[in-house]
Amino acid sequence: MRVRLSAESVHNELVQRIEEYSGQGLMACYQCGKCAAGCPVAFAMDMLPSQVIRYAQLGLVEPLLESKTIWLCAACQTCYTRCPKGIDLSRIMEALREIVMLEKGSHINYDALTSEEQADWPQQAFIGGFRKYSV
Amino acid sequence: MKRIGIFVCHCGNNIAGTLDIDRVVEAIREFPEVVYAIDYKYMCSDPGQQLIREHILEDQLDAVIVAACSPSMHETTFRRTAEAAGINPYQTEIANIREQASWVHQKQQEAATNKAIETIRTIVAKAHYNQSLMPFYLPLVKRSLVIGGGIAGMQAALDIADAGYPVVLVEKADRLGGRMAELSGLYLDSDAAADPLGQKIKAVTHHPNIQVITQAAITEVGGYVGNFTVQIEQRTASPADQDPAGELVPYSFDIGAIVVATGYDLYDKKNLGEYGGGRYPDVIDGLQLEEMLRPDGPTGGRIVRPSDGKVPKEMVWVQCAGSRDPELHKPYCSKVCCMYVAKQSMAYKQQVPDGQATVFYIDIRSQGKDYEEYVQRAMEEHDVLYIRGKASKVFQENGHVTVWGVDTLTGLPLEVEADLVVLATAIVPRADAQELGQRLRVGTDEHGFLSEAHPKLRPVESLTAGVFLAGAAHFPKDIPETVAQASGAASKVLSLFSQRQMVQEPTIAFVDPELCSGCGLCIPACPYDARSMHEWQHIAVVNTALCQGCGACAMVCPNKACRVRNLTQGQILSMMEAYL
Ligand SMILES: Cc1cc2nc3c(=O)[nH]c(=O)nc-3n(C[C@H](O)[C@H](O)[C@H](O)COP(=O)(O)OP(=O)(O)OC[C@H]3O[C@@H](n4cnc5c(N)ncnc54)[C@H](O)[C@@H]3O)c2cc1C
Ligand code: SF4
Ligand code: SF4
Ligand code: SF4
Ligand code: SF4
Ligand code: SF4
Repeated sequence: MRVRLSAESVHNELVQRIEEYSGQGLMACYQCGKCAAGCPVAFAMDMLPSQVIRYAQLGLVEPLLESKTIWLCAACQTCYTRCPKGIDLSRIMEALREIVMLEKGSHINYDALTSEEQADWPQQAFIGGFRKYSV
Repeated sequence: MKRIGIFVCHCGNNIAGTLDIDRVVEAIREFPEVVYAIDYKYMCSDPGQQLIREHILEDQLDAVIVAACSPSMHETTFRRTAEAAGINPYQTEIANIREQASWVHQKQQEAATNKAIETIRTIVAKAHYNQSLMPFYLPLVKRSLVIGGGIAGMQAALDIADAGYPVVLVEKADRLGGRMAELSGLYLDSDAAADPLGQKIKAVTHHPNIQVITQAAITEVGGYVGNFTVQIEQRTASPADQDPAGELVPYSFDIGAIVVATGYDLYDKKNLGEYGGGRYPDVIDGLQLEEMLRPDGPTGGRIVRPSDGKVPKEMVWVQCAGSRDPELHKPYCSKVCCMYVAKQSMAYKQQVPDGQATVFYIDIRSQGKDYEEYVQRAMEEHDVLYIRGKASKVFQENGHVTVWGVDTLTGLPLEVEADLVVLATAIVPRADAQELGQRLRVGTDEHGFLSEAHPKLRPVESLTAGVFLAGAAHFPKDIPETVAQASGAASKVLSLFSQRQMVQEPTIAFVDPELCSGCGLCIPACPYDARSMHEWQHIAVVNTALCQGCGACAMVCPNKACRVRNLTQGQILSMMEAYL
């Protein structure tokens, strides 16, 4: 499928929200890939961290909200400490998670989860939560 | 009888590491007329040269042979050394025992040593016949011609004129400024281009040492460095006149040095059929957009669609359009387009803040002071969307010019329904550059750009002595680089003009009038046009200024009438005899 770009599609509401929640300028990323090269969990991701930004630059946020990557991100900030353009990608990941949580209802009934489900539960749901409420 | 001294250099380990130097010195001491031979670590060092000078005096030498590296390294050095001790410089010879012996036979000491000895033996044979020569002095006309009145030509003219020498500046168009006059503003600083350009034009036209001839063409160039004769024809009618040819006014000048600064054209966008170049009115090239952006241009500085005059909401730039495409178009990078696309896209976003600027690129080449930061600004601060991938086609549909491309970073095929597409077309030489090159005896490369004498070390000189290159006529260049090269060319002209006369090496061809039969064979043999037939004596004559001493004429002469000084047939035969 050919993706149609336009002023509206590139600057859609979701893109604006990512920039607002994360405080990061998406267009500053020049796609060097250093973040993806050093990310400790990139091997398990379905979309590389640098590609997350690229999709967002193109206004294509839906595939990001569907991706496993944003949940696998450990919020370790390796990418941020190494990024030559000073982009805090972990905050962009966080922003995407927040969007999903806000869209789908943001609270989870922890007690209703079985212990197997809890073991499967992504770490960063907690870490992200801590980060979110402790900044 | 000559008194020859031979000085064998170790070149550190370069020579001594392979050759048996003691055996060399022992052997060459026995050669005829050799009165002294010695070796030393570095002959070209101060103590080495001192050794040569001392022994010239002590042993009353009248010829010196230095067995060392290639003559292209230090022939001049050692000729000066010997001259300082009173020996004619043309009595000094180099025997190359480094490049031709020690370096090429590194693992064969014995063979290499033998080869060195034999090489020196041949040079001794040559030295026997060497004559003391004096360089030729030729007159030097200290007026320069600059061809092309763009920024390159004007800068070169100003530099030469400021140094006090007269300049004739010939421009084909009816105004000065070249392409720079067609630009809206220059990248990095947003100053309108007209400003700095206007000052340059004023400086040129008011300069007492510069004669500007516009609407003119070079019709003939004769002569050689220091002594060119140039014919120029000027059209008097303005392009708007009924009779476009008008009257032709001829000029003739004696010229000492020439700077060629004829600039560039854009590759015709009609060649880019897949982008609809020339077919769709809303597909334009970079200079067309510059014209729109110019405050004094037809749209008063506003970007509008040529088809309906509307302000474009979606704009696309296609970089490398016809460049970096060895298969279908030009293989080289046109060097200026990455930067002017950043400039133009920012100008667009300033005019139409809610519009979308999309740039298709393969690489971004922003090599220059502050250039990278400038391109990053376009992305970061002006929201220009750069898509990594060469656009593949442009087609007209529903009042749009739709661009198909791909984002290779995500692998997604893309489409933009654009209102206006700008092709950053390749920079090519002027259509008549090759013809002018032939007239000036300056080579052009496969694309028609003028060729420099050496790609690294002589980038502003042509291979024809006295003809220098400046600006985009040589290769795509932006304005800072053009100005630097133009000043470089001017300084080459000035260093030529700072001599009192032209000095020519005496080791060139001469004709023995007793032997020449006037057969004329040597005339086409000369690659430098240095030979002609004497007007009434019917013998061949050599143009001292043009002859490079290559020896081609001597090879073809059936009567041995033509010889090269200090490299006569007799000398070559005696060298061969010595060797065999
Ligand atoms: C769209 C675009 C935007 C650009 N923007 C910038 C920018 O922002 N900043 C920047 O630094 N550079 C820019 N450039 C590059 C800039 O145009 C060149 O660096 C500069 O014009 C080169 O100057 P020049 O004198 O070598 O050649 P030209 O400007 O081409 O001048 C050559 C002159 O020689 C004359 N001439 C040609 N043939 C003959 C002949 N046979 N006899 C006599 N006269 C002759 C021509 O009429 C012309 O006046 C841009 C280029 C393009 C295409
Ligand atoms: S390291 Fe920074 S600039 Fe490079 S791709 Fe990642 S986010 Fe973009
Ligand atoms: S913060 Fe997330 S994306 Fe960045 S390196 Fe760590 S795990 Fe990878
Ligand atoms: S300067 Fe940029 S746009 Fe122009 S040919 Fe080179 S890479 Fe392509
Ligand atoms: S030596 Fe070479 S350059 Fe000189 S006249 Fe003979 S052929 Fe021409
Ligand atoms: S080839 Fe020899 S004989 Fe013939 S014109 Fe030339 S110099 Fe004279």
